[in-house]
Amino acid sequence: MFGGITALEDVSFAVSPGSITGVIGPNGAGKTTLFNIITGIYTQTSGHVYLDNKPITGFPPERLAPLGMVRTFQNIELFSQMTVLENVMVGLHTGSKSGILSCVLKLPGHLREERAIRERAQHWLDFVGLGDAASIVAGNLPFGKGRLLEIARALAIEPRIILMDEPAAGLNSRETAELAQLIRRIRESGITIVLVEHDMELVMDICDAILVLNLGRLLAAGTPREIQENQAVVDAYLGEG
Amino acid sequence: MKRAFVHFLILAVLVLIAPFLFKGGYLMNVLVFVGINTMLAVALNLLLGFAGQISLGHAAFFGLGAYSSGIMTATFGINPWPAMVFSAVAVMVLAFAVGFPILKLKGHYLAMATLGMGIIVYIVFNEAVALTGGPSGLSGIPSLALGKLVFDNDVKNFYLIWAFTLTTVLLSLNLVNSRVGRALRAIHDSEVAARVMGVNARLLKVQIFALSAFISAIAGSLYAHTMAFVSPASFGFNFSVELVTMVIIGGLGSIYGSLLGAALLTFLPEMLRAFQDYDIVIYGLILILMTMFMPGGLVRGIPAMIGSLRVRRGKEGEERA
Repeated sequence: MFGGITALEDVSFAVSPGSITGVIGPNGAGKTTLFNIITGIYTQTSGHVYLDNKPITGFPPERLAPLGMVRTFQNIELFSQMTVLENVMVGLHTGSKSGILSCVLKLPGHLREERAIRERAQHWLDFVGLGDAASIVAGNLPFGKGRLLEIARALAIEPRIILMDEPAAGLNSRETAELAQLIRRIRESGITIVLVEHDMELVMDICDAILVLNLGRLLAAGTPREIQENQAVVDAYLGEG
Repeated sequence: MKRAFVHFLILAVLVLIAPFLFKGGYLMNVLVFVGINTMLAVALNLLLGFAGQISLGHAAFFGLGAYSSGIMTATFGINPWPAMVFSAVAVMVLAFAVGFPILKLKGHYLAMATLGMGIIVYIVFNEAVALTGGPSGLSGIPSLALGKLVFDNDVKNFYLIWAFTLTTVLLSLNLVNSRVGRALRAIHDSEVAARVMGVNARLLKVQIFALSAFISAIAGSLYAHTMAFVSPASFGFNFSVELVTMVIIGGLGSIYGSLLGAALLTFLPEMLRAFQDYDIVIYGLILILMTMFMPGGLVRGIPAMIGSLRVRRGKEGEERA
C-alpha cells in the first residue's frame, strides 16, 4: 500500500523451475511493484513469497542473493563509476568471503580468491558478449550494452531465478533479438526467468507462461496462445490487433 | 598492480629522504602535521569518497583518540603504546555503536547527525574538566618511545608519524582494491543494486565508519604524544569541515588524493601567513577556485591540466608548421 492506495491485491501465482515467465499489463498495473515486493525492496502489508517452498517473505535483497534470487532494473542500476569488469566482480560478492581484515592485509587466501573472482567475472562478460569492454567505465557504456552488463552482473551471483524488469526497454530491434537469444541461453543453463516486458513480440516469442496484471489484480495467466485468445486481456491491454 | 607498487615506493623514498632535504626544524614540524592530516583524510575518504557517506564530525574521533591517550598516559601513567591500542579500539567500538543508528540516515540528515555527534564530543572535552582539563587543555603528555629511542624531536617524530601514515596509505590501498572496496564503491553508485548483489550495505557502512574512526583515533594518539598537549580547540567543528575539504580538494575516492589534499591544506595557511589578516580570505578564494576548476580534486585536475597544456602546445606547433 502506498499512502492508502492498494497497489496490488490478490495476486497469486507460481513459477515453475527452468521456465520463462512474462509479466505484462498496462502502465500502472503494478508489475514493477510486484518485483519490488518479491525482491525485498518494498515490504508488503500482507501476503507471502516462497522460494522452493521456503518462505522468503520480507527478506531484504542482500539475504535473497545468497539464496539465488537476483533482479535487474527498469532504469538500469549500474555501478557507473566502476569498470565493466568490476561491476560483474561485485556480482561475485556473495560467492566470496574475504573480510575487511583479510582485504586490508592482503592475506594469501584473499589474493587467490581475487584471481578467481576476476576470471569468473570475465567469463560472464564473455557470456553476454561484453568480453572486450571489460576495462571501460560502466557509465560510458551505450544503453543497450548497459542492459547486457546488468544481466552479466546478475548472472555472476549464479542465481537460480532472475527477475528482469523490462530488459528490452530502450533497445533497438537487433539488440532485442540478441536479448531474446541471451535469455534463452540463460534458461538453457537451468536458470528460471521472470520478466516484466512491454515488447509483446518478445514476450510471446520467448515465454512459456504469461501473467497479465491490470489495476493491481491478476487478470489472466496462461500460455502465450491462451493469453492472446483471452477476451478480457484483449479488451484491457492487447487491443484488437 | 605493479604501477601502484612503484607509486608507493616513490612516496616511501621521498619520506625517507625528506629530513635530509629540509634541514630546517620548522618545515619538519609542518610535515609532521601533513602526516597526521593525511591519516585523517584517508580515513574520512574511505567513508566519504568510497562508501559515499558524509561525516561532519570526524574531528571527534581524532579528539577522542588524542584525549584518551593523553589522559591514560599523563594522568594515569600508563605506557603510551597499550594506551594507543586501547584508545583506538575503544573509539572503534564507540563508532560502531553510534554508526548503527545514524548511518540509517542519508544525505543531509546524516550530515546533521554526525555534526551533532561532533558537537557533543566537543562539549564533553570542554566540560569534563576533571578528566580533560577543560578549555585550558591537558598537558604533560609523554613522548612515545621504542626502548631507548625516545621520539622527542622533529626528525624522529617525522619518521614516527610517517611510518604510521605510510602504513595507513598502504593498507587503505589494499582495502579499496579488494572485494570489500568494490562493495563500498558499489554502495556509493547504487545502494539498491549493491544490495541485490548480496552486499549487506547497512553493516558494511557501519564497519567502514568504525574503521575510519579507528584510524582517526590512532592519528589522535600520535598527535597527543608529539604535541605533548591537547586542547578542545583542535577538535571542533571547524576541523571536521577542514577534513572534508581535504578529501574533496584532494579528490574523492583517491587515497593519494587525500595525501595531496592534506598536504595542500596544511601548507597553505603556513604560506599565507605573509598576507597577515587577509590570509583567510585568500585561503577561501583558493578553495573556491579549486572546486570550480578541479571538481574531481587535485589528483584528477592536475593530470587533466597537464594534458590540456600539451594539447594546446601541440596545436600551436601545428599552426607554426
